[in-house]
Amino acid sequence: MKLAIKLAFKNLIGAGLRTWLNVIVLSFSFVIIIAARGILVGWDRQAKNDMTDWEIGGGQYWNVNYDPYDAFTLTDAHGAIPDEFQAEIDGGNMVPVLITQGTLFNEGRMLSILIKGINPDQRLLELPTQKLDTLVDAIPAIIGSNMASTNKLQPGDYVTIRWRDKNGTFDATDICITDIFTTNVPTVDLAQVWIPLENLRSMTLMPGEATILTFRDKEKVREDTENWKLMTHKALVSDIEEMIKTKSVGQSIFYIILLILALLAIFDTQVLSIFRRQKEIGTYVALGYTRNEVVGLFTIEGAMHAILAAVVGAIYGIPFLAWFASKGITLGVSSADYGFAIADTMYPVYSGALVIGTTIIVLLATTIVSYWPSRKIARMNPTEALRGKLQ
Amino acid sequence: MMEDNLIIKTHNLTKRFPMGKSEFTALKGIDLSLGKGEFAGLIGPSGSGKTTLLNIVGSLDTPTEGEVIVLDQSIGNLTAKAAAKLRKEKIGFIFQSYNLLAVYTVFENVEFPLLLLKYSANERKKMVMDALEWVGLLDKIKQKPPQLSGGECQRVAIARAMVKNPALVVADEPTANLDAANSHNVLLTMAKLNEELKTTFLFATHDEKVIGYLKRKIYLKDGKVDKDETL
Repeated sequence: MKLAIKLAFKNLIGAGLRTWLNVIVLSFSFVIIIAARGILVGWDRQAKNDMTDWEIGGGQYWNVNYDPYDAFTLTDAHGAIPDEFQAEIDGGNMVPVLITQGTLFNEGRMLSILIKGINPDQRLLELPTQKLDTLVDAIPAIIGSNMASTNKLQPGDYVTIRWRDKNGTFDATDICITDIFTTNVPTVDLAQVWIPLENLRSMTLMPGEATILTFRDKEKVREDTENWKLMTHKALVSDIEEMIKTKSVGQSIFYIILLILALLAIFDTQVLSIFRRQKEIGTYVALGYTRNEVVGLFTIEGAMHAILAAVVGAIYGIPFLAWFASKGITLGVSSADYGFAIADTMYPVYSGALVIGTTIIVLLATTIVSYWPSRKIARMNPTEALRGKLQ
Repeated sequence: MMEDNLIIKTHNLTKRFPMGKSEFTALKGIDLSLGKGEFAGLIGPSGSGKTTLLNIVGSLDTPTEGEVIVLDQSIGNLTAKAAAKLRKEKIGFIFQSYNLLAVYTVFENVEFPLLLLKYSANERKKMVMDALEWVGLLDKIKQKPPQLSGGECQRVAIARAMVKNPALVVADEPTANLDAANSHNVLLTMAKLNEELKTTFLFATHDEKVIGYLKRKIYLKDGKVDKDETL
């Protein structure tokens, strides 16, 4: 094996330009696959971090009736906060949020919204809830920048909101926009108005109640409690993982095509090598190789393209990927278009697993396409190969 | 000839090749013995079966019928691995078109059989230098085959065949691509090695220059031994 590797390397280097062309094309595959997958890993990480910071903390308890995908459940999705959570709430490690459906009237238009009540003193989530602690002659409210731009709202604007209380009675009041925050998490922004928790409790006649309890500590062992369903951090980010997986499949098509092109070049080189190097193959056999050992030699030679490509790719790829990771990529899309967290500029993340995994995949694929044509050698007649007779 | 000195023995050696729907018989019941240290040649026109016989003796091919014993091994019964081992350890090959590995230097070409035999680097170096000294190419060790003349290439091929000190060297038309001066030079080298190392040489040739050097001439005609002369 050691000898075969040594010989294969020598033959490969001896083949000159053809080798280097294959190696360069294959190295592009390496770098592009790692760069593209790095974006997805970075996106995944960034989306989870943003969601954690802005919305889900270390996990949540949901009222058993709450279904974020069905606004009609909100009528019943509220309940008294269990006493066992009071200490965490008092210590700032749990934030209750009450949610109700409402309507916002602005410039003669009606917009269905979610009115969310949150404690202005909370510091668990990134939401600038301290801005709810502002003295204005209406209920102070904060909204996200997407909500603001969609409805042409600015800080200081007054708008009317309408809601139903616990008994189903409609009521309406004015709110004053005290702050507009910018976030990558659309689920705290789009069609949502955040107001002080106690105001909403009083508006809906739901004192001491909440819909969601967001807690800080992800590691603490918890379980469902009466009327409250535990939603772990992992469960809450599973949608992102599914979305990234879907994106990953789509993106894979692009680099699979690139990889196939590189592998085709290697396949072609192998076929040509076996055709042109029949005398050499016969010579190896005459000198004491079995035909299967020659198959092994040619396969290693082909597979070695991947090793050289990894080395060449590293030479220009490491600086490029490092630069790419520091500058990021601006896709020019809004998180509102995607429905979940996506930053304006995404910063790729390259893990050891990503680099090693990509290297193994490319090496395996190259070995297979190298072995495929090399099998022909096993069927060669060495006496005809020695004469370079076409077969 | 003493039995324990036998290098090659064939009995009723027959080789047939498929040719369309019929068969072509290249060798027709050859009986032949070759002892240690012989400098013999298979002589005959194209199609007489000399290369076929040489390939079978070199364990690159197998007989269709009959028995071929080379260095105490029955060629017809050898596995591919055993045949490769026999070639690797005991048989040297010299080809008409040299069959050197173009990307390797002269030194590396000659070193190749020793790499397969797993000699140490120091042993390899000494043996390669000795072999190149025999053929007078010590000044060309760093050159590659495309930089050498035909005669030099064939001398490298001789060094490669001889470096492992094989019991048998088979040479298929070794002077066919060489001019007269180079042919004599190459043949002198091989005759000298035969004398000094007692290596058995078996040629396939129809070149008069080669025939002049042979100590035993085995004439083949239509796949049969026509005449067997020992000087």
